[in-house]
Amino acid sequence: METDVDRRPPRTAPPVRGLRKAILLVEKGTKEAIWDCRMCGQCILHSTGLSCPMRCPKNLRNGPCGGVLQNGNCEVLPDRPCVWVQAWEGSRRLPLWRDHMRHVQRPVDWRLQDTSSWENLLTGRDRAVPEGWRAYRAGELGR
Amino acid sequence: MNATEPRSHLHRLLLSGEFVVTAELQATDDPDPGSVYALADLLRGHVDAVNCTDNSAAHPHISPVAAGHLLLDRGVEPIVQFVCRDRNRLALQADLVGAAALGIRNVCLMTGDDVTVGDHPETKPIYDLDSVHAIRIARIMADRGTYVSGRTLDRPLPLFIGAVENPFAPPRDFRPMRLGVKIEAGAEFVQTQIVFNLPTMRLFMARAGELGLLDRVFILPSVYVCRSAKAARYLRDTVPGIDVPADVVARLEGAPPERQAEEGIRIAAEIVQELRGMPGVAGVHLISIKGDEAIVRLVEESGLLPRPAAVEPAPAG
Repeated sequence: METDVDRRPPRTAPPVRGLRKAILLVEKGTKEAIWDCRMCGQCILHSTGLSCPMRCPKNLRNGPCGGVLQNGNCEVLPDRPCVWVQAWEGSRRLPLWRDHMRHVQRPVDWRLQDTSSWENLLTGRDRAVPEGWRAYRAGELGR
Repeated sequence: MNATEPRSHLHRLLLSGEFVVTAELQATDDPDPGSVYALADLLRGHVDAVNCTDNSAAHPHISPVAAGHLLLDRGVEPIVQFVCRDRNRLALQADLVGAAALGIRNVCLMTGDDVTVGDHPETKPIYDLDSVHAIRIARIMADRGTYVSGRTLDRPLPLFIGAVENPFAPPRDFRPMRLGVKIEAGAEFVQTQIVFNLPTMRLFMARAGELGLLDRVFILPSVYVCRSAKAARYLRDTVPGIDVPADVVARLEGAPPERQAEEGIRIAAEIVQELRGMPGVAGVHLISIKGDEAIVRLVEESGLLPRPAAVEPAPAG
Protein backbone atom coordinates (compact mmCIF):
# COMPACT_ATOMS: atom_id res chain seq x y z
CA MET A 1 0.00 0.00 0.00
CA GLU A 2 1.27 3.43 -0.91
CA THR A 3 1.55 5.65 2.12
CA ASP A 4 1.73 8.95 0.29
CA VAL A 5 1.19 10.50 -3.10
CA ASP A 6 2.81 13.70 -4.20
CA ARG A 7 1.03 15.26 -7.14
CA ARG A 8 2.73 18.63 -7.07
CA PRO A 9 3.50 20.21 -10.44
CA PRO A 10 7.13 21.04 -11.20
CA ARG A 11 8.44 24.42 -10.12
CA THR A 12 8.22 26.92 -12.96
CA ALA A 13 8.93 30.13 -11.02
CA PRO A 14 12.42 31.61 -11.56
CA PRO A 15 15.01 31.01 -8.81
CA VAL A 16 15.40 33.66 -6.09
CA ARG A 17 18.46 34.95 -4.28
CA GLY A 18 19.47 36.82 -1.13
CA LEU A 19 16.75 37.83 1.31
CA ARG A 20 14.03 36.29 -0.85
CA LYS A 21 15.82 32.96 -0.80
CA ALA A 22 16.28 33.21 2.97
CA ILE A 23 12.54 33.79 3.47
CA LEU A 24 11.76 30.86 1.19
CA LEU A 25 14.10 28.50 3.03
CA VAL A 26 12.83 29.49 6.49
CA GLU A 27 9.20 29.07 5.40
CA LYS A 28 9.90 25.77 3.69
CA GLY A 29 11.87 24.34 6.61
CA THR A 30 9.30 25.40 9.20
CA LYS A 31 6.08 24.54 7.39
CA GLU A 32 7.24 21.27 5.91
CA ALA A 33 8.33 20.12 9.37
CA ILE A 34 5.15 21.18 11.17
CA TRP A 35 2.36 20.78 8.59
CA ASP A 36 3.86 18.64 5.83
CA CYS A 37 3.42 21.78 3.70
CA ARG A 38 3.61 21.38 -0.09
CA MET A 39 4.78 24.95 -0.83
CA CYS A 40 1.90 25.94 -3.13
CA GLY A 41 2.86 29.57 -2.55
CA GLN A 42 -0.74 30.66 -1.75
CA CYS A 43 -1.20 29.43 1.79
CA ILE A 44 -4.71 29.01 3.25
CA LEU A 45 -3.70 26.87 6.27
CA HIS A 46 -5.49 29.20 8.69
CA SER A 47 -8.73 28.69 6.73
CA THR A 48 -8.41 24.90 6.74
CA GLY A 49 -7.89 24.10 10.40
CA LEU A 50 -4.10 24.02 9.93
CA SER A 51 -4.37 20.94 7.71
CA CYS A 52 -2.56 21.58 4.41
CA PRO A 53 -5.12 21.02 1.59
CA MET A 54 -2.36 20.33 -0.93
CA ARG A 55 -1.71 17.05 0.89
CA CYS A 56 -5.11 15.92 -0.44
CA PRO A 57 -4.33 13.65 -3.43
CA LYS A 58 -7.02 15.53 -5.36
CA ASN A 59 -5.58 18.94 -4.35
CA LEU A 60 -9.01 20.03 -3.12
CA ARG A 61 -9.14 23.58 -1.73
CA ASN A 62 -12.85 23.71 -0.82
CA GLY A 63 -13.54 20.71 1.37
CA PRO A 64 -13.60 16.93 1.19
CA CYS A 65 -14.65 14.86 -1.80
CA GLY A 66 -17.49 12.37 -1.55
CA GLY A 67 -15.16 9.39 -1.41
CA VAL A 68 -14.07 9.71 2.23
CA LEU A 69 -14.26 6.24 3.80
CA GLN A 70 -16.65 5.56 6.66
CA ASN A 71 -13.68 5.42 9.07
CA GLY A 72 -12.64 8.94 8.01
CA ASN A 73 -9.71 7.79 5.89
CA CYS A 74 -8.77 8.85 2.37
CA GLU A 75 -10.24 7.12 -0.70
CA VAL A 76 -6.85 7.24 -2.44
CA LEU A 77 -4.70 6.39 0.61
CA PRO A 78 -6.97 4.15 2.70
CA ASP A 79 -4.45 3.85 5.55
CA ARG A 80 -4.29 7.61 6.09
CA PRO A 81 -6.85 10.01 7.55
CA CYS A 82 -8.57 12.35 5.10
CA VAL A 83 -6.84 15.74 5.06
CA TRP A 84 -10.26 17.41 5.13
CA VAL A 85 -11.54 15.41 8.10
CA GLN A 86 -8.48 16.76 9.90
CA ALA A 87 -9.22 20.23 8.53
CA TRP A 88 -12.77 20.19 9.85
CA GLU A 89 -11.72 18.95 13.30
CA GLY A 90 -8.81 21.40 13.38
CA SER A 91 -11.03 24.32 12.41
CA ARG A 92 -13.37 23.56 15.35
CA ARG A 93 -10.39 23.87 17.74
CA LEU A 94 -9.14 27.19 16.37
CA PRO A 95 -10.15 30.35 18.23
CA LEU A 96 -10.21 32.30 14.96
CA TRP A 97 -11.09 31.65 11.34
CA ARG A 98 -13.63 28.89 12.10
CA ASP A 99 -16.01 30.50 9.67
CA HIS A 100 -13.49 30.26 6.84
CA MET A 101 -14.60 26.66 6.27
CA ARG A 102 -17.70 28.24 4.67
CA HIS A 103 -15.69 30.39 2.25
CA VAL A 104 -15.27 29.70 -1.45
CA GLN A 105 -11.51 29.46 -2.06
CA ARG A 106 -10.19 30.63 -5.42
CA PRO A 107 -8.55 28.25 -7.93
CA VAL A 108 -4.88 27.49 -7.48
CA ASP A 109 -2.33 29.56 -9.42
CA TRP A 110 0.06 26.73 -10.28
CA ARG A 111 2.80 29.19 -11.26
CA LEU A 112 3.35 29.87 -7.58
CA GLN A 113 4.45 26.32 -6.78
CA ASP A 114 7.64 26.33 -4.68
CA THR A 115 7.58 30.06 -4.10
CA SER A 116 7.25 31.65 -0.65
CA SER A 117 3.65 32.28 0.39
CA TRP A 118 5.00 34.74 2.98
CA GLU A 119 6.60 36.80 0.24
CA ASN A 120 3.46 36.45 -1.91
CA LEU A 121 1.34 37.65 1.02
CA LEU A 122 3.56 40.70 1.56
CA THR A 123 3.62 41.63 -2.13
CA GLY A 124 -0.08 40.85 -2.67
CA ARG A 125 0.87 38.38 -5.41
CA ASP A 126 -1.27 35.67 -3.80
CA ARG A 127 -4.37 37.85 -4.11
CA ALA A 128 -4.10 38.11 -7.89
CA VAL A 129 -7.00 36.19 -9.46
CA PRO A 130 -8.26 35.80 -13.03
CA GLU A 131 -10.42 38.76 -14.08
CA GLY A 132 -13.59 36.72 -14.60
CA TRP A 133 -13.30 35.22 -11.13
CA ARG A 134 -12.60 38.58 -9.53
CA ALA A 135 -15.51 40.31 -11.25
CA TYR A 136 -18.09 37.72 -10.15
CA ARG A 137 -20.25 38.56 -7.17
CA ALA A 138 -22.49 35.75 -6.04
CA GLY A 139 -26.15 36.53 -6.61
CA GLU A 140 -25.39 39.78 -8.39
CA LEU A 141 -27.85 39.02 -11.16
CA GLY A 142 -30.49 37.81 -8.77
CA ARG A 143 -30.59 34.28 -10.12
CA MET B 1 -30.88 36.59 -18.15
CA ASN B 2 -34.24 36.70 -16.41
CA ALA B 3 -34.01 35.33 -12.88
CA THR B 4 -37.09 33.16 -13.11
CA GLU B 5 -36.82 32.07 -16.73
CA PRO B 6 -36.27 28.30 -16.78
CA ARG B 7 -33.22 27.19 -18.71
CA SER B 8 -34.29 23.56 -19.13
CA HIS B 9 -37.25 21.21 -18.82
CA LEU B 10 -35.84 19.98 -15.50
CA HIS B 11 -35.46 23.57 -14.28
CA ARG B 12 -39.02 24.40 -15.33
CA LEU B 13 -40.44 21.41 -13.44
CA LEU B 14 -38.44 22.21 -10.31
CA LEU B 15 -39.57 25.84 -10.39
CA SER B 16 -43.17 24.66 -10.72
CA GLY B 17 -42.85 22.52 -7.59
CA GLU B 18 -43.19 19.21 -9.41
CA PHE B 19 -41.50 16.27 -7.61
CA VAL B 20 -38.97 15.39 -10.33
CA VAL B 21 -37.44 12.06 -11.28
CA THR B 22 -33.98 11.75 -12.83
CA ALA B 23 -31.99 8.63 -13.59
CA GLU B 24 -28.42 7.68 -14.32
CA LEU B 25 -27.63 6.39 -17.80
CA GLN B 26 -25.57 3.23 -17.97
CA ALA B 27 -22.62 4.67 -19.92
CA THR B 28 -21.95 2.62 -23.05
CA ASP B 29 -18.72 1.49 -24.72
CA ASP B 30 -20.38 1.33 -28.11
CA PRO B 31 -19.43 3.53 -31.10
CA ASP B 32 -22.89 2.80 -32.51
CA PRO B 33 -25.49 5.29 -31.26
CA GLY B 34 -28.04 2.47 -31.02
CA SER B 35 -27.01 1.57 -27.46
CA VAL B 36 -27.74 5.05 -26.11
CA TYR B 37 -30.91 5.27 -28.21
CA ALA B 38 -32.18 2.00 -26.71
CA LEU B 39 -31.65 3.31 -23.17
CA ALA B 40 -33.32 6.59 -24.12
CA ASP B 41 -36.33 4.75 -25.51
CA LEU B 42 -36.60 2.69 -22.33
CA LEU B 43 -36.44 5.68 -19.97
CA ARG B 44 -38.44 8.21 -22.02
CA GLY B 45 -41.70 9.07 -20.31
CA HIS B 46 -40.55 7.49 -17.05
CA VAL B 47 -38.04 10.13 -15.95
CA ASP B 48 -37.67 13.89 -16.50
CA ALA B 49 -33.94 13.95 -17.22
CA VAL B 50 -31.08 11.50 -17.48
CA ASN B 51 -27.53 11.90 -16.17
CA CYS B 52 -24.68 11.17 -18.59
CA THR B 53 -21.77 10.14 -16.39
CA ASP B 54 -18.20 11.22 -17.06
CA ASN B 55 -15.84 8.22 -16.94
CA SER B 56 -17.55 6.99 -13.79
CA ALA B 57 -15.36 5.13 -11.30
CA ALA B 58 -12.41 6.34 -13.42
CA HIS B 59 -13.22 3.91 -16.24
CA PRO B 60 -13.47 5.49 -19.72
CA HIS B 61 -16.82 5.23 -21.49
CA ILE B 62 -18.67 7.25 -24.14
CA SER B 63 -18.08 11.00 -23.71
CA PRO B 64 -20.88 12.54 -21.64
CA VAL B 65 -21.39 15.34 -24.18
CA ALA B 66 -21.81 12.80 -26.98
CA ALA B 67 -24.20 10.70 -24.88
CA GLY B 68 -26.15 13.83 -23.98
CA HIS B 69 -26.44 14.78 -27.63
CA LEU B 70 -27.70 11.30 -28.51
CA LEU B 71 -30.31 11.54 -25.74
CA LEU B 72 -31.52 14.84 -27.18
CA ASP B 73 -31.84 13.10 -30.57
CA ARG B 74 -34.29 10.73 -28.93
CA GLY B 75 -36.28 13.36 -27.01
CA VAL B 76 -34.75 12.75 -23.57
CA GLU B 77 -33.34 15.65 -21.61
CA PRO B 78 -29.73 15.08 -20.49
CA ILE B 79 -27.87 16.19 -17.39
CA VAL B 80 -24.26 16.13 -18.51
CA GLN B 81 -21.67 15.48 -15.81
CA PHE B 82 -18.12 16.84 -15.86
CA VAL B 83 -15.39 15.73 -13.46
CA CYS B 84 -12.30 17.72 -12.49
CA ARG B 85 -10.14 14.60 -12.55
CA ASP B 86 -9.95 14.58 -16.35
CA ARG B 87 -9.93 18.22 -17.43
CA ASN B 88 -8.17 21.44 -16.62
CA ARG B 89 -9.91 24.82 -16.70
CA LEU B 90 -9.41 25.19 -20.45
CA ALA B 91 -10.97 21.81 -21.22
CA LEU B 92 -13.84 22.36 -18.78
CA GLN B 93 -14.78 25.71 -20.29
CA ALA B 94 -14.48 24.35 -23.83
CA ASP B 95 -16.76 21.44 -22.89
CA LEU B 96 -19.32 23.77 -21.30
CA VAL B 97 -19.50 25.93 -24.44
CA GLY B 98 -19.65 22.83 -26.65
CA ALA B 99 -22.36 21.21 -24.55
CA ALA B 100 -24.46 24.38 -24.63
CA ALA B 101 -24.00 24.68 -28.41
CA LEU B 102 -25.31 21.13 -28.83
CA GLY B 103 -28.48 21.98 -26.91
CA ILE B 104 -27.49 20.57 -23.53
CA ARG B 105 -29.00 22.71 -20.77
CA ASN B 106 -28.26 20.84 -17.52
CA VAL B 107 -24.74 20.20 -16.27
CA CYS B 108 -23.52 18.64 -13.04
CA LEU B 109 -19.99 19.32 -11.84
CA MET B 110 -17.94 17.19 -9.46
CA THR B 111 -14.40 16.21 -8.46
CA GLY B 112 -14.63 12.61 -9.69
CA ASP B 113 -13.47 9.26 -8.34
CA ASP B 114 -9.71 9.03 -8.19
CA VAL B 115 -7.77 7.28 -10.94
CA THR B 116 -6.53 4.74 -8.40
CA VAL B 117 -9.98 3.07 -8.32
CA GLY B 118 -10.21 2.86 -12.13
CA ASP B 119 -8.81 0.56 -14.78
CA HIS B 120 -6.06 3.04 -15.77
CA PRO B 121 -4.39 3.67 -12.38
CA GLU B 122 -1.14 4.60 -14.14
CA THR B 123 -2.64 7.72 -15.73
CA LYS B 124 -1.91 11.31 -14.72
CA PRO B 125 -4.92 12.85 -12.93
CA ILE B 126 -5.54 16.56 -13.53
CA TYR B 127 -7.30 18.18 -10.52
CA ASP B 128 -6.47 21.68 -11.78
CA LEU B 129 -9.80 22.77 -10.24
CA ASP B 130 -11.99 21.32 -7.51
CA SER B 131 -15.76 20.93 -7.84
CA VAL B 132 -16.47 24.27 -6.16
CA HIS B 133 -14.18 26.06 -8.63
CA ALA B 134 -15.86 24.26 -11.55
CA ILE B 135 -19.33 25.28 -10.33
CA ARG B 136 -18.30 28.92 -9.92
CA ILE B 137 -16.64 28.99 -13.34
CA ALA B 138 -19.82 27.62 -14.95
CA ARG B 139 -21.78 30.34 -13.15
CA ILE B 140 -19.38 33.03 -14.37
CA MET B 141 -19.93 31.77 -17.93
CA ALA B 142 -23.71 31.66 -17.43
CA ASP B 143 -24.22 34.89 -15.46
CA ARG B 144 -21.50 37.20 -16.71
CA GLY B 145 -20.95 35.69 -20.12
CA THR B 146 -17.19 35.52 -19.76
CA TYR B 147 -14.54 32.88 -19.35
CA VAL B 148 -12.82 32.81 -15.96
CA SER B 149 -10.00 34.77 -17.59
CA GLY B 150 -12.47 37.61 -18.15
CA ARG B 151 -12.55 37.18 -21.94
CA THR B 152 -16.08 37.67 -23.27
CA LEU B 153 -18.17 34.85 -24.72
CA ASP B 154 -20.39 35.63 -27.70
CA ARG B 155 -23.34 35.09 -25.36
CA PRO B 156 -23.86 33.77 -21.82
CA LEU B 157 -24.26 30.01 -21.47
CA PRO B 158 -27.93 29.04 -20.93
CA LEU B 159 -27.06 26.37 -18.36
CA PHE B 160 -28.82 25.03 -15.26
CA ILE B 161 -25.91 24.20 -12.98
CA GLY B 162 -25.78 21.25 -10.63
CA ALA B 163 -23.47 19.74 -8.05
CA VAL B 164 -23.27 16.64 -5.88
CA GLU B 165 -22.93 16.17 -2.14
CA ASN B 166 -22.43 13.14 0.08
CA PRO B 167 -24.31 13.42 3.40
CA PHE B 168 -22.99 10.00 4.46
CA ALA B 169 -19.21 10.50 4.26
CA PRO B 170 -17.09 11.99 7.05
CA PRO B 171 -16.78 14.67 8.26
CA ARG B 172 -20.59 14.40 8.55
CA ASP B 173 -20.99 17.53 10.69
CA PHE B 174 -19.37 19.55 7.92
CA ARG B 175 -21.45 18.16 5.03
CA PRO B 176 -24.40 20.57 5.33
CA MET B 177 -21.96 23.48 5.46
CA ARG B 178 -20.18 22.10 2.39
CA LEU B 179 -23.54 22.07 0.61
CA GLY B 180 -23.66 25.75 1.52
CA VAL B 181 -20.23 26.32 -0.03
CA LYS B 182 -21.44 24.76 -3.28
CA ILE B 183 -24.56 26.95 -3.25
CA GLU B 184 -22.39 29.97 -2.58
CA ALA B 185 -20.25 28.96 -5.56
CA GLY B 186 -23.39 28.85 -7.70
CA ALA B 187 -24.99 25.39 -7.60
CA GLU B 188 -28.70 25.53 -8.45
CA PHE B 189 -29.49 21.85 -7.95
CA VAL B 190 -27.74 19.09 -6.04
CA GLN B 191 -27.87 15.33 -6.51
CA THR B 192 -26.74 13.45 -3.40
CA GLN B 193 -24.88 10.22 -2.89
CA ILE B 194 -27.09 7.11 -2.69
CA VAL B 195 -29.47 7.11 0.28
CA PHE B 196 -29.95 3.93 2.30
CA ASN B 197 -29.46 5.50 5.70
CA LEU B 198 -32.63 7.54 6.15
CA PRO B 199 -31.87 8.86 9.68
CA THR B 200 -28.55 10.33 8.46
CA MET B 201 -30.32 11.85 5.43
CA ARG B 202 -33.01 13.35 7.67
CA LEU B 203 -30.36 14.89 9.91
CA PHE B 204 -28.51 16.31 6.90
CA MET B 205 -31.69 17.93 5.57
CA ALA B 206 -32.57 19.32 8.99
CA ARG B 207 -29.11 20.87 9.36
CA ALA B 208 -29.29 22.26 5.82
CA GLY B 209 -32.62 23.80 6.82
CA GLU B 210 -31.08 25.41 9.91
CA LEU B 211 -28.39 26.91 7.67
CA GLY B 212 -31.14 28.41 5.48
CA LEU B 213 -30.11 26.39 2.43
CA LEU B 214 -33.31 24.55 1.51
CA ASP B 215 -34.95 27.40 -0.38
CA ARG B 216 -31.72 28.24 -2.19
CA VAL B 217 -31.20 24.93 -4.01
CA PHE B 218 -33.15 21.96 -5.37
CA ILE B 219 -32.05 18.75 -3.64
CA LEU B 220 -32.41 15.40 -5.41
CA PRO B 221 -31.32 12.45 -3.24
CA SER B 222 -30.17 9.33 -5.09
CA VAL B 223 -31.90 5.99 -4.69
CA TYR B 224 -30.18 2.78 -5.74
CA VAL B 225 -32.05 -0.29 -6.90
CA CYS B 226 -30.16 -3.35 -5.67
CA ARG B 227 -30.62 -6.36 -7.93
CA SER B 228 -29.29 -8.82 -5.32
CA ALA B 229 -27.75 -9.10 -1.88
CA LYS B 230 -24.42 -9.51 -3.65
CA ALA B 231 -24.90 -6.12 -5.37
CA ALA B 232 -25.57 -4.48 -1.99
CA ARG B 233 -22.43 -6.03 -0.48
CA TYR B 234 -20.40 -4.95 -3.51
CA LEU B 235 -21.60 -1.38 -3.09
CA ARG B 236 -20.81 -1.46 0.64
CA ASP B 237 -17.34 -2.99 0.26
CA THR B 238 -15.93 -1.46 -2.92
CA VAL B 239 -17.46 1.96 -3.63
CA PRO B 240 -15.89 4.70 -1.50
CA GLY B 241 -18.27 7.00 0.33
CA ILE B 242 -21.38 4.80 0.38
CA ASP B 243 -23.14 3.86 3.62
CA VAL B 244 -25.13 0.62 3.27
CA PRO B 245 -26.66 -0.21 6.67
CA ALA B 246 -26.59 -3.84 7.83
CA ASP B 247 -30.39 -4.15 7.87
CA VAL B 248 -30.60 -3.43 4.12
CA VAL B 249 -28.10 -6.19 3.34
CA ALA B 250 -29.84 -8.55 5.79
CA ARG B 251 -33.23 -7.91 4.17
CA LEU B 252 -31.89 -8.80 0.73
CA GLU B 253 -30.06 -11.85 2.08
CA GLY B 254 -33.28 -12.94 3.77
CA ALA B 255 -35.05 -13.22 0.40
CA PRO B 256 -34.49 -16.31 -1.76
CA PRO B 257 -32.11 -15.57 -4.69
CA GLU B 258 -34.89 -15.48 -7.29
CA ARG B 259 -36.85 -12.97 -5.18
CA GLN B 260 -33.94 -10.63 -4.33
CA ALA B 261 -34.46 -8.38 -7.37
CA GLU B 262 -38.09 -7.86 -6.31
CA GLU B 263 -37.01 -7.14 -2.74
CA GLY B 264 -34.47 -4.61 -4.09
CA ILE B 265 -37.23 -2.74 -5.92
CA ARG B 266 -39.41 -2.83 -2.80
CA ILE B 267 -36.62 -1.39 -0.61
CA ALA B 268 -35.96 1.36 -3.17
CA ALA B 269 -39.68 2.18 -3.42
CA GLU B 270 -39.89 2.53 0.37
CA ILE B 271 -36.89 4.89 0.36
CA VAL B 272 -38.50 6.96 -2.43
CA GLN B 273 -41.68 7.29 -0.35
CA GLU B 274 -39.72 8.37 2.74
CA LEU B 275 -37.75 10.93 0.74
CA ARG B 276 -40.93 12.27 -0.83
CA GLY B 277 -42.18 13.24 2.60
CA MET B 278 -38.94 14.90 3.66
CA PRO B 279 -39.03 18.73 3.72
CA GLY B 280 -36.72 20.26 1.13
CA VAL B 281 -36.48 17.20 -1.11
CA ALA B 282 -37.34 18.33 -4.66
CA GLY B 283 -37.20 14.95 -6.38
CA VAL B 284 -35.24 11.72 -6.64
CA HIS B 285 -32.33 10.50 -8.74
CA LEU B 286 -32.52 6.78 -9.55
CA ILE B 287 -29.46 4.59 -10.08
CA SER B 288 -28.95 0.94 -10.90
CA ILE B 289 -26.00 -0.87 -12.42
CA LYS B 290 -27.10 -2.67 -15.58
CA GLY B 291 -30.65 -2.41 -14.26
CA ASP B 292 -32.46 0.15 -16.39
CA GLU B 293 -35.58 -2.03 -16.46
CA ALA B 294 -35.48 -2.02 -12.65
CA ILE B 295 -35.56 1.80 -12.73
CA VAL B 296 -38.62 1.71 -14.97
CA ARG B 297 -40.30 -0.73 -12.55
CA LEU B 298 -39.38 1.44 -9.57
CA VAL B 299 -40.90 4.54 -11.18
CA GLU B 300 -44.08 2.60 -11.92
CA GLU B 301 -44.38 1.08 -8.44
CA SER B 302 -43.55 4.30 -6.60
CA GLY B 303 -46.55 6.07 -8.09
CA LEU B 304 -44.36 8.57 -9.93
CA LEU B 305 -46.25 8.22 -13.23
CA PRO B 306 -47.31 9.92 -15.38
CA ARG B 307 -44.36 12.24 -15.86
CA PRO B 308 -45.21 15.75 -17.12
CA ALA B 309 -44.69 16.18 -20.85
CA ALA B 310 -41.72 18.15 -22.06
CA VAL B 311 -42.58 21.47 -23.64
CA GLU B 312 -40.87 22.26 -26.92
CA PRO B 313 -38.29 24.96 -26.22
CA ALA B 314 -39.02 28.37 -27.69
CA PRO B 315 -36.86 29.24 -30.70
CA ALA B 316 -33.48 30.65 -29.66
CA GLY B 317 -32.91 34.38 -29.87
